[in-house]
Amino acid sequence: MASIAFERVTKTFEKNVVIKDLDLKIEDGKFTVLVGPSGCGKTTLLRMIAGIDPQTSGKVLIGGRDVTRIAPGQRGVAMVFQNYAIYPTMSVRDNIEFGLKNNKVGKAERNQLVETISSTVGLYDYLDRKPSTLSGGQRQRVALARAMVKKPAVFLMDEPLSNLDAKLRAQMRIELIELHKKLGTTFVYVTHDQVEAMSMADTIVLMNQGVIQQEAAPDVMYRKPSNLFAAQFIGVPPMNVGELGVEGVRFGFRPESAVLADEAGDEHFSISGRIATREMLGSETLYQVRGANHAFMIKCTEDLFTVDQEVHVGVAAKQMYFFGADGKRIDEDHHRYRDYMEALRGKRNG
Amino acid sequence: MDKQSRWAQLRPYMMIAPAMAGILAFVIYPILYLIYLSFFKYNLMNKDKSKFIGLDNFTQIFTRADFYKALSNTMIYTASVVLLTMFISLLIAVWLNKKSKINVIVQAGIFTPHIISIVSISLVWLWLMEPNLGFLNYVLKTLGLPPSQWLQSSKTALLSVIIVSVWQGIGYYVLIIVAALQSISPSIYEAAALDNASKWKVFYKITLPIISPQLFFILVIMTIGSFKVFDTVQVMTGGGPNNATNTIVYYIYGFRTTNIGYSAATGVVLMAIIGLLTFVYFRLLSKKVHYQ
Repeated sequence: MASIAFERVTKTFEKNVVIKDLDLKIEDGKFTVLVGPSGCGKTTLLRMIAGIDPQTSGKVLIGGRDVTRIAPGQRGVAMVFQNYAIYPTMSVRDNIEFGLKNNKVGKAERNQLVETISSTVGLYDYLDRKPSTLSGGQRQRVALARAMVKKPAVFLMDEPLSNLDAKLRAQMRIELIELHKKLGTTFVYVTHDQVEAMSMADTIVLMNQGVIQQEAAPDVMYRKPSNLFAAQFIGVPPMNVGELGVEGVRFGFRPESAVLADEAGDEHFSISGRIATREMLGSETLYQVRGANHAFMIKCTEDLFTVDQEVHVGVAAKQMYFFGADGKRIDEDHHRYRDYMEALRGKRNG
Repeated sequence: MDKQSRWAQLRPYMMIAPAMAGILAFVIYPILYLIYLSFFKYNLMNKDKSKFIGLDNFTQIFTRADFYKALSNTMIYTASVVLLTMFISLLIAVWLNKKSKINVIVQAGIFTPHIISIVSISLVWLWLMEPNLGFLNYVLKTLGLPPSQWLQSSKTALLSVIIVSVWQGIGYYVLIIVAALQSISPSIYEAAALDNASKWKVFYKITLPIISPQLFFILVIMTIGSFKVFDTVQVMTGGGPNNATNTIVYYIYGFRTTNIGYSAATGVVLMAIIGLLTFVYFRLLSKKVHYQ
């Protein structure tokens, strides 16, 4: 087991600075998810931990030890790749034990390890098969087994579920959570999918353009986003945002915080509009409500309205968020918070 | 209705008929005719004087020493060219695998001999290998090494022809191997690095098996091609000195006017040898080739 730390790490590709002076601590034994849009540098961070694309400057520490000069195979990390990177010409058994052989693990121990791990991931009957005869889900398991068998201090995963279909992905998410519970090692997981981040993470590290936007547990990330980017990246559909018209401040609310009604209610923020689209998803329905200046996504558990219907949108005061001109969230104890609330009330039915 | 279904049955055959006609006329018929000729003492001046002699041509082939000389020359030539070319091509391809400007230039340079006629190449090498004024002996002398008689001694003539063939063939095979190497996903190498694999282990456990289909293809077509070597021999040595570079195809060519039946029979034997060799390759190696 090991914690991971980045100290003033910079990474450049030719002349592009992807990450600049980044500091980050990843706790020992936690499931940490690096999430962000593509090109934000999350995979770069992961590859720096693995050592397959070392940092340009700065230090990466694993378990308190500077690993800058240590080869990938000797860092005590294992990685699951997005395309699985299974050795195509080797059988499942050879794939799993390749790392063990290179680490000079004895034959008896190797066999025992391969057999235990392969039954854990449900591949015991496939040990002598070639990867090309396996399904996507099974290949994924080979990649997992290959990582697990080395008993690494750190598990790295680079979008491992993105090539699976939706149903299998949901199942693998649960299996990964259970795996983490069982192994108790440090997991670092990269994804662009905020659902994966929310469902699996102990800690989410949200990144954009090489900069960490927020580092928090999923519920904190959702309820107290530190800035506009975090508010709009996490949650489906993203947070609704509108211009307050005061000092460049913007207000926002989650789609499920709003109440739709035929008559104007007495909520703090209220506007009227017309339903432009309706997406019935089963347990919930998404409406897009277009007002004079705004279009908001509203999530309802009941399916009461139809397209082109005139409705009133109401949001309670405590459900509202404000973001400053710089994008940072304005906290409730900010000295202007009350003024912004008043300004919002003035926008009623605007 | 009946008519329509019959047309539906016939249509595929009609569609492939033109291609089949071509194959029949230009592949099957010549082969059959070659076999037919091999049973005759054929008279080129007067067809009617040709005489059916059964397997006599074949008995003659297998009892003549010059055939065995040509056969052993061809086998030595083939084995050396195939092994040397594959080994050197693989080495150069691994070196050129990294994409950089200089590598692209080097690759183009290595490929150039392939677009030049083998006759021109043979002529140029003929000059280079000239014992008294040639460049190769000049280099050897400058380095303080003993000069060689190259093509003019029966000891070194076959080796000289082999050198030219290898030199000419490498570029093309480097190209094929480089393409194969570059189709390997980099993440496989990254996974191997994380699996603590040494460079050598990565090469023979991962790289070689992945490119084995291409290597096998090269092995088969090069063996076939080398068995049929002719132009270098014709231009550079004419089979000499003292039959030291006489190869089977050149041997066949030698009888083109005097005894075409015998030539045809040797051609049939060559065909059988190549067929057999290819069959053996597939039997021995197909388990080691990893098709995906």
